[in-house]
Amino acid sequence: MSAKAPASSGPAESADTVELVQLLTPEGERVSHPDYDISLTDDEYRELYRDLVLTRRVDTEATALQRQGELGIWASLLGQEAAQVGSGRAMRPSDFAFPTYREHGVALTRGVDPLVLLGLFRGVSNGGWDPFEKNFGLYTIVIGSQTLHATGYAMGIQKDGTDDAVVAYFGDGASSQGDVNEAFIWAAVFNAPIVFFCQNNQWAISEPLERQTRIPLYQRARGFGFPGVRVDGNDVLATLAVTRAALDRAREGSGPTLIEAFTYRMGAHTTSDDPTRYRLSSELEAWKLKDPLERMRAFLGRQQLADKSYFDKLEVEAEELAVRLREGCRSMPNPPTANLFEQVYVEDTPRVAEQRATFQAYLDSFEGSHGGTH
Amino acid sequence: MAQVTLGKALNEGLRKSMENDPKVLIMGEDVGKLGGVFRITDGLQKDFGEDRVIDTPLAESGIVGTAIGLALRGYRPVCEIQFDGFVYPAFDQIVTQLAKYPYRSGGNVRLPITIRIPFGGGIGAVEHHSESPEAYFAHTAGLKVVACSNPVDAYFMVQQAIASDDPIVFFEPKRRYWEKAELDPAATPDSLWSARVVREGRDVTLLAYGPMVKVALDAAFASEKEGGPSLEVIDLRSISPLDMDTVLASVQRTGRAVVVSEAPSNCSVASELAARISEKAFYSLEAPVLRVTGFDTPYPPSRLEEEYLPDLDRVLDAVDRTLAY
Repeated sequence: MSAKAPASSGPAESADTVELVQLLTPEGERVSHPDYDISLTDDEYRELYRDLVLTRRVDTEATALQRQGELGIWASLLGQEAAQVGSGRAMRPSDFAFPTYREHGVALTRGVDPLVLLGLFRGVSNGGWDPFEKNFGLYTIVIGSQTLHATGYAMGIQKDGTDDAVVAYFGDGASSQGDVNEAFIWAAVFNAPIVFFCQNNQWAISEPLERQTRIPLYQRARGFGFPGVRVDGNDVLATLAVTRAALDRAREGSGPTLIEAFTYRMGAHTTSDDPTRYRLSSELEAWKLKDPLERMRAFLGRQQLADKSYFDKLEVEAEELAVRLREGCRSMPNPPTANLFEQVYVEDTPRVAEQRATFQAYLDSFEGSHGGTH
Repeated sequence: MAQVTLGKALNEGLRKSMENDPKVLIMGEDVGKLGGVFRITDGLQKDFGEDRVIDTPLAESGIVGTAIGLALRGYRPVCEIQFDGFVYPAFDQIVTQLAKYPYRSGGNVRLPITIRIPFGGGIGAVEHHSESPEAYFAHTAGLKVVACSNPVDAYFMVQQAIASDDPIVFFEPKRRYWEKAELDPAATPDSLWSARVVREGRDVTLLAYGPMVKVALDAAFASEKEGGPSLEVIDLRSISPLDMDTVLASVQRTGRAVVVSEAPSNCSVASELAARISEKAFYSLEAPVLRVTGFDTPYPPSRLEEEYLPDLDRVLDAVDRTLAY
């Protein structure tokens, strides 16, 4: 069964042919779809819900840490948990994910410690993790740049002859970037094993979707020569099923797919943003009824897959994670000054070496007069 | 030993790199069947296959952006930007991604990518085909920037650049592609990062790179022939980092320096050299460092380019001015 997309989002959504894949209604009712289905064990259903809960807890804790002055900024994913957990869980460990700066839920599914994500936002690192350890690229702040890296990486997989694949994350705003469109062209022309996973959260900071497109985003894929599909981005079962199918397609050598996960950024763009200046609270209220966690919780209850003690235990686990993040963040040390000059090059230049030495000598010159390090 | 053109030397250097390392890829517009608009990649696709010599869609940001992804996968891409003035669509990927990704990764990521750019004027081309954009890249931490001036350097430097684990912007003097020299492939090359004294002299040091090395050398020979001042010529070879040891050793001897470059002078490689020489060799200087460069104008229509480009007479005029102090 397919459902009509919400008709409230302006001209881009006026096409009456828009369909979205849904396997779980906002009320938590399991529905079927002719092209996409998924069969999970009871444990797997519970695990998905656990991912959603932990992801949201990471997000709320990081937002709180920013308010307490422990982070310079935070980009909240509130409302996008299902899109990220579903697509993240569709990947194998040997696949590679190329994130934006908001993929905290994907990071969690890849096994990246949420604490290391905080380093970037705290300002102790411009990156924070080894991309090759969990096959999870560094957060990318220039909008859309990573889609080309993802495409190149996928071309490399193709040359190596393995059946791994790549997921490139980006948003509705990024869909206007030249790099994203070039990535579509490259991926199509070279038939690269890649899934373009667009989280359409309706807002690019203050700009609504209608400022980025006149047609539903997934329909753009057709012009580039590969399939596009819109999925209910707040439905973790549907995002998992659709991404898994697209990854299978990529592995088989059938090329790229564009997935538009139709979702909503329930929070601000970042902690520095004030959405009351540009959108109505009634819009948020409407989307709250489609909350990705609530529908999964209702489903688990309805199917008797989880009881109160399960939910209580999960709550305790989430709280423990939050405490670990809080304490870990507060005790995260500032990087040593010498880090300024490290890893600029693999083979240092005389210039960097000279600046390192002269700056150190400058700092040392304060020792006598000030009785300590600068 | 055979006489080879600079273009052929690059071609041979690329071939050698591809033979030595199966991870080396060539990607760019028209680099395959056509062999590049300057034929620098001639015959490589035929010998190494379409999988390693890749004709890309016509989009420079895509070339560099996908090269970054291929490098993350363990490949060693060599990107060709068809002309200097076409690098700007790739500027974002080069400056925000290529230059910074290794630093951001704390050393976990290496991006051994070489970006080849034919640069400079003097070939009577239309707009955007004759520029000297090297300062933009030299200004960017994380990149290294080199320029070859002759066939021998072209052969060895391109191989050294490809073998380097740092991203390198490799400038080729397109007006010199057809100039010839004896090439001994068995010779031991200088370090990629070293400048070279290509002509010794006593009175003034001429500093040049890429296409202007020949102009500087011509000026030095002309001056000698006319019984004028004795000019030392240094081919910088590496623009970033600069080999200041070689530069300063010369200027401390001659006491005078003139930088010759096609690029506009404002915030240029020539400016950087002038500043550093002033900082490091102030007491040796008999005169301010002078710059003979392109003007701070857009590159002109080709019928005016001979006026725009530094030539022998403008170099000798600057030599006279520096000696007049």
